[in-house]
Amino acid sequence: MEVVDIARWQFGITTVYHFLFVPVTIGLSLIVAVFQTMWLRSKNPDHLRLTKFFGKLFLINFAIGLVTGIVQEFQFGMNWSDYSRFVGDVFGAPLAIEGLLAFFLESTFLGLWIFGWDKLPRALHASCMWLVHLGTLFSSYFILAANSWMQNPVGHTYNPETGRAELVDFWAVMFNKVQMWTFPHVITAAYLTGGAFVLGISAWLYLRKRTADADRPMYLTGTRVGAWFVLIAGLGVAITGDLQGKIMTEVQPMKMAAAEGLYETSDSCAPFSVFTIGTPNGEEEKFAVTIPCLLSFLGTGTFDGKVQGINPLREQYRETYGQDPGATYYHPEDYVPVIPVTYWSFRFMIGLGMAAAGGAALLLWVTRKGRRPASRWWGVLAVSLPVLAIFANSFGWIFTEMGRQPWVVYGLMTVNNAVSPGVSTTEAWISLITLTSLYAILAVIEIKLLVTYARKGADPYVEPPNPTLRGDDSDDDAPLAFAY
Amino acid sequence: MELTTLWFIVVAFLWIGYFTLEGFDFGVGMLMPVLAKDNTERRVMINTIGPVWDGNEVWVLVAGGATFAAFPEWYATLFSGFYLPLLLILVALIVRNLAFEYRHKRDDARWQANWDRAIIFGSLIPAFLWGVAFANIVGGVPIDADSEFTGTVFTLLNPFGLLGGVVTTLLFATHGAMFVALKTVGDIRHRARALAIRLGLAAAVAAVVFMVWTQVDTGDLSSAIAFTAAALALVAALLAAVKGREGWAFTGTFATIALAVTGLFLALFPDVMPSSTDPAYSLTATSAAATAYTLKVMTWVAVFFTPIVLGYQAWSYWVFRKRIGTHHIPTAELEHAR
Ligand code: HDD
Ligand code: HEM
Ligand code: HEM
Repeated sequence: MEVVDIARWQFGITTVYHFLFVPVTIGLSLIVAVFQTMWLRSKNPDHLRLTKFFGKLFLINFAIGLVTGIVQEFQFGMNWSDYSRFVGDVFGAPLAIEGLLAFFLESTFLGLWIFGWDKLPRALHASCMWLVHLGTLFSSYFILAANSWMQNPVGHTYNPETGRAELVDFWAVMFNKVQMWTFPHVITAAYLTGGAFVLGISAWLYLRKRTADADRPMYLTGTRVGAWFVLIAGLGVAITGDLQGKIMTEVQPMKMAAAEGLYETSDSCAPFSVFTIGTPNGEEEKFAVTIPCLLSFLGTGTFDGKVQGINPLREQYRETYGQDPGATYYHPEDYVPVIPVTYWSFRFMIGLGMAAAGGAALLLWVTRKGRRPASRWWGVLAVSLPVLAIFANSFGWIFTEMGRQPWVVYGLMTVNNAVSPGVSTTEAWISLITLTSLYAILAVIEIKLLVTYARKGADPYVEPPNPTLRGDDSDDDAPLAFAY
Repeated sequence: MELTTLWFIVVAFLWIGYFTLEGFDFGVGMLMPVLAKDNTERRVMINTIGPVWDGNEVWVLVAGGATFAAFPEWYATLFSGFYLPLLLILVALIVRNLAFEYRHKRDDARWQANWDRAIIFGSLIPAFLWGVAFANIVGGVPIDADSEFTGTVFTLLNPFGLLGGVVTTLLFATHGAMFVALKTVGDIRHRARALAIRLGLAAAVAAVVFMVWTQVDTGDLSSAIAFTAAALALVAALLAAVKGREGWAFTGTFATIALAVTGLFLALFPDVMPSSTDPAYSLTATSAAATAYTLKVMTWVAVFFTPIVLGYQAWSYWVFRKRIGTHHIPTAELEHAR
């Protein structure tokens, strides 16, 4: 393999891995804040126990999200130095702003939340978690603005003298029309995932035989809060995804064609294929289930809209991108992404995500008015929901990023020109192998911890301290409310 | 002032923030086997930095991001050139950060001993490697006409680079010991102070040699002033420690690191990555910079948000201002009860 292939594998692996944890962090920080606020208003001990229980799971998850994020920040320069040179002027700004606005906020207030139970007044302490959540939203906004720019580069000019893309309109980058639907889509997907996490674990504990009867109402609350999160967010994901698809058809028609494996242009009423069995490269179909006209609707908003096919688009791209302005930034052999990957990842995103929402609806139904079905399969269903949601996210990203191929920045630079020229294959291999094996070990540790702590269930209620900001000096020698 | 110069200062400021803050938590981490006598004392040490290490670490992320935005060429050359050392730093930071979060999650001596190792080496390795990296940035590395680093890892392990690593390791260890002395009560506080003084003397010797070497190589009047001030601050810190004035002693090591890093950046300017192949290939603050428009946008963002960030970070240090001791560490029974 060449450096570019190794670097791509590393980027794909590390980013997908980072994004296993990120949606849980985004969703769970909100739900923990909601539980804590519910407790402040209701004084119901169960709400505090839920806060602390999911807070603990949140921290286990957050730690890995954080450390894998550091790799993301550095690897643009390490593996993609020509990319960094070419786009740094535009792409660096959102990354730097993310650090300043989001990471400081998240880390500082999370520190205050973890260790602040006996230091901060209750309302202030709860607002720390709200601020952590705000930090995750900022973080997502800026990183997604950077990513949206790679999908639809706006607000810049190409300077032939320096050979770089230069920023001319910052607001155009911040309010890129791709970003306007990507951000809500990713955030609602994250809420769905966080909700599925809370629902899955709560419902499993609620249904489990071993759970003390006194604890069941608490887990029922968790179940229902989680399930409503999933359902409402699921609706949001579908709506925003639909709108995102329309923008995508407009700015990256090849991606939509690739999502469908649609080879020839369909002038009206293009069918949506639910699944296909065909040759591995997707060029010939043997068996397919399709819904008439749905693709036209997804892509254009009307049932008789025209959807362009891969073959004519390929010709069109060859003409448009025949001449490289810098003679170095693009020389693709082909303008078509790997069709089976885009086709199936698109279906798995929708299918798994909607399956999670369906599971949530079922669980909500069978637990109505405090019912408790006896079959243990309901518990199995419950714990599978967060897994489905997380995989839906991964497939969505794999679709988005692979569907952009061969471009790293759409229409401006291809991936093979983005890689670091000075890095050797040996170095790239060392990095890929080290990070992948480290990540594999961490996954095992993290899953074990999560399972152990989830199984244990919520700790018994202890009246938490209610300090004032000045600090209560009489209690100076008391043990810390929380210690590492 | 020109925007490129301003952003050179901003980047320097971010690295100063990183080394002064994460410097002491690296120090606390690497001194754990030396200072702590038992598990409870190890936990005391970890909890002195518990609420703040994550915020400290963000400084390096913002320094990296700001370099990317303001000096894309610098970011590209530096990060792709110093590939393997950076990878090692990443691995060290990953295991160290997880160790803080996961160590106490299981009541199992082997589990905890393994995470202790992660904390110790995860602090020692980056502390050393950042020193090597910065010595090489200032000292110059082989860079060709395309701004590509043409050396290998071994190019970086030259005497000057290695000395840089020794200096940061010793300075951070001293800084960390001062921090433990400032933030704890009981026996460990006194041991930390005594150790800080001994480490400080060793650090002083190494740092003075390093600073004189840098000064002779690439320094000018301004860097000479900064280096002298750094040396004086270290002397003052040690004197304060001898007198038992821990607050001043910690302020002293804080100032030492801040001034020494300032000196390095002054010695570097106007270059950002001098080339040892041919000075004509050196990256300078002007040649590596982003466009004026990007720098202007970034300046507005920095002007608005830096004060807010500094404000709440300072506030969090204030919230956790109290000293802690072994009696503050909850016992196992207490922890099981909640
Ligand atoms: C729980 C997760 C989840 C669920 C249920 C869905 N999505 Fe999604 N989708 C994502 C999670 C996701 C994602 C991982 O968050 C992506 C990757 C990049 C992005 O913007 O969001 C994504 C990308 C993405 C894109 C690519 C955008 C681009 O490349 O520019 C489209 C067109 C859709 N989605 C459309 C949909 C539709 C029509 C859905 C119908 C129900 C849907 N998604 C459900
Ligand atoms: C967190 C969610 C994301 C996931 C799961 C993801 C996934 C991927 C995958 C699978 C690839 C490899 C594609 C290939 O084989 O080339 C890739 C490439 C890449 N992505 Fe993303 N991506 C994510 C977000 C981002 C964001 C936010 C950015 C920009 C800030 C980004 C920038 C890149 C770059 C630079 C490459 C390498 C070039 C390439 O191979 O296309 N990605 N990503
Ligand atoms: C390839 C691009 C990406 C880079 C460079 C990146 C960088 C980082 C870094 C450095 C951190 C650690 C922050 C800390 O120390 O507190 C982090 C965490 C985080 N990132 Fe990413 N990230 C990327 C992709 C994404 C995407 C696409 C999203 C959201 C849509 C995202 C959302 C988050 C969130 C919410 C956190 C904090 C929560 C956690 O640690 O789990 N990131 N990221």
